[in-house]
Amino acid sequence: MRYVVCIKQVPETTDVKINPETNTLMRDGVAAIINPFDMYAIEEGLRLKAKTGGTVTVLSMGPPQADAALREAISMGADDGILLSDRAFAGSDTWATSYTLAMAIRKIGAFDIILCGKQASDGDTAQVGPGIAIHLDLPQITYVRKIESIDEKTIVAERLMENGYEVIQAPLPCVLTVVKEINEPRLPSLKGKLAAKKAVITTWKAADLQCDPKCIGLEGSPTKVVKIFTPPARQGGEMLKGEPSEIVPQLIAKLKDAILGAAN
Amino acid sequence: MSDPIKINEKCVFCGACVKACPFGAITQTERKTVPVIDLMKCTLCGACVASCKFDAIWMKEKSAATIDLSSFKDVWVFAEQHDGVIQSITFELLGEGRKLADSLGMKLCAVLLGSNVQKQTAELIARGADKVYLVDRPALEHFQDESYANVLIDLVKRHKPNVFLCGASTIGRSLVSRVAVRVNAGLTADCTALAIDPKTLNLLQTRPAFGGNIMATIETPNARPQMATVRHKVMKEADVNPAHKGEVSMETIAEVLLHSKARRLKFVPETETTMNIAEANIIVSGGRGLQTAENFALLRELADVIGAGVGASRAAVDSNWIPYSHQVGQTGKTVCPKIYIAAGISGQIQHLAGMQSSDIIVAINKDADAPIFKVATYGIVGDLFEILPLLTQQFRKVLGK
Ligand SMILES: Cc1cc2nc3c(=O)[nH]c(=O)nc-3n(C[C@H](O)[C@H](O)[C@H](O)COP(=O)(O)OP(=O)(O)OC[C@H]3O[C@@H](n4cnc5c(N)ncnc54)[C@H](O)[C@@H]3O)c2cc1C
Ligand SMILES: Nc1ncnc2c1ncn2[C@@H]1O[C@H](COP(=O)(O)O)[C@@H](O)[C@H]1O
Repeated sequence: MRYVVCIKQVPETTDVKINPETNTLMRDGVAAIINPFDMYAIEEGLRLKAKTGGTVTVLSMGPPQADAALREAISMGADDGILLSDRAFAGSDTWATSYTLAMAIRKIGAFDIILCGKQASDGDTAQVGPGIAIHLDLPQITYVRKIESIDEKTIVAERLMENGYEVIQAPLPCVLTVVKEINEPRLPSLKGKLAAKKAVITTWKAADLQCDPKCIGLEGSPTKVVKIFTPPARQGGEMLKGEPSEIVPQLIAKLKDAILGAAN
Repeated sequence: MSDPIKINEKCVFCGACVKACPFGAITQTERKTVPVIDLMKCTLCGACVASCKFDAIWMKEKSAATIDLSSFKDVWVFAEQHDGVIQSITFELLGEGRKLADSLGMKLCAVLLGSNVQKQTAELIARGADKVYLVDRPALEHFQDESYANVLIDLVKRHKPNVFLCGASTIGRSLVSRVAVRVNAGLTADCTALAIDPKTLNLLQTRPAFGGNIMATIETPNARPQMATVRHKVMKEADVNPAHKGEVSMETIAEVLLHSKARRLKFVPETETTMNIAEANIIVSGGRGLQTAENFALLRELADVIGAGVGASRAAVDSNWIPYSHQVGQTGKTVCPKIYIAAGISGQIQHLAGMQSSDIIVAINKDADAPIFKVATYGIVGDLFEILPLLTQQFRKVLGK
């Protein structure tokens, strides 16, 4: 079985602020990490491989520095890494990103399961996984919290819904997006770290993927960011002081109307 | 392919573009040099082009629309139903959709997929839909990613909506991501504000990014429909008006489109608590400060009395005190209730990412320096084991329960 895990490199914290003077994002010195949800996708790929045999390939589209994310995945146990890096990919929205990743997965050829994180912590869209699935005309199981069974032809997985979970059966190949509940990602082993150091990361450009130039980067992205701004800052509010027996009635007085209103 | 953005010889090295770039993609190593644009960081937002007083930055214009934009009419809303029950997010979409349709001078339409759901069309019309596209087939009884997407793709291609809104729910996000790709539309996730640009008549879609630390406004100038998923509990529900008139259009769909390779075998409802936190108007949330799984009973009792859902920090979920579906934050759910009560939660940035847009935030924490107080509307420095039972007891009296 061949597992392909799509991982994105993101800033380590979402604590980015906009410099009010220059109106620019301040993220100096913020380290880059693997998107938290993608760690669960990597781990699940490795667990599936342990069960069924096969290989885990990690795939990322991003700047040359994303090489580090792929190596980290290899240090956890992934077999190989592919980096899609080309200036022509600049300005990609989720349409173009999922197209480009899908073209790369096509080129990889024989694959059984594509794993993605539920969403990336910078854009928070959760659109790329299903986007890859439709570009490749594949079934999808999103928000997977558990894989119940897998064999060469079929997978049965639980999808987390707002009010419970669904059990879904899909034929392979299939795209999965995973949530945190699915597993606990492992730490890299010493052997893995050595392998990561030595690994040769394959790099593909747009031309290697036979991408339609109209479908990648800026040109392939229907959406356009027209403005970026800081949300109105939340003011620290009022501290209620006194003994609990004094504070509680104060709080109730303040919340009562809102609670009665919320009930309607 | 040549670079989509370039700084040319008109550059006077003033550095204005370096400052203007929201993504830190432009750097200038020395003062008298042409700044360099890192295309991997650049999102081609155009902020630098606007900042340059010397007309020295050239950015490739996106090719003009290749489709006739004016042939796309009406504002569509996807009517999410579970077991035949229209979900409240749908009414919020109709409320917002009404405003957009009115400013565009277009119709507001709902799209309802299901089995035996004809009766529900009346509900959608009473909430303001001028037209309901109904696809009523046994195969559509429950949501299935592929068949639902196929049907929507077919309807969009045939009827060409201008705007297409959907809830940013599990179903909504899984579904329209497929649709948008197939119909070559732009899709903006999890919007918290929508408006029509009076000049261009484009849909301005505003959404949080980076866990709510910044906001971005996005438009789709050259593609239609303009698609967006909308965050639950942000927009106001449309009022019920039984006098509102609308038509129902029964749509015929080719049998092959109803086929799904993936199959839903069963649904297991959550038993832990009744209230789904994404739906809840009030959430009481507990963190490591609660100390044990049993102590969550303190929150559940309060939740019962004030009609709230129960949330949790990741620390509480990781300690197995409460299931993951209750986790609020970056790796859990994003919620936006009217009231969020955080007890024994420190308020780390990853937790705040999931709840800081709540209307009223109440924090109960014994550490006066806890970061949660920075976002709290009302802060209480104290022991939750004293405060919570008192709150429950007194709310019970006040609310007459
Ligand atoms: C990649 C990543 C993703 C993450 N995603 C999430 C996420 O989605 N959601 C999330 O919540 N966290 C997330 N976290 C974790 C986050 O950083 C914090 O560790 C977590 O939110 C802390 O939970 P807590 O506030 O319950 O615990 P703590 O930080 O330990 O805080 C407990 C608080 O309880 C108070 N307290 C203790 N006893 C009492 C008492 N008797 N009365 C009153 N107050 C008391 C203490 O003063 C303290 O402030 C993430 C972290 C990472 C690295
Ligand atoms: N540039 C990328 N390279 C590889 N995988 C990606 C990329 N962008 C998104 N993904 C995958 O798609 C998931 C959802 O991302 P998003 O739709 O951006 O929230 C992520 O968790 C990744 O698994």
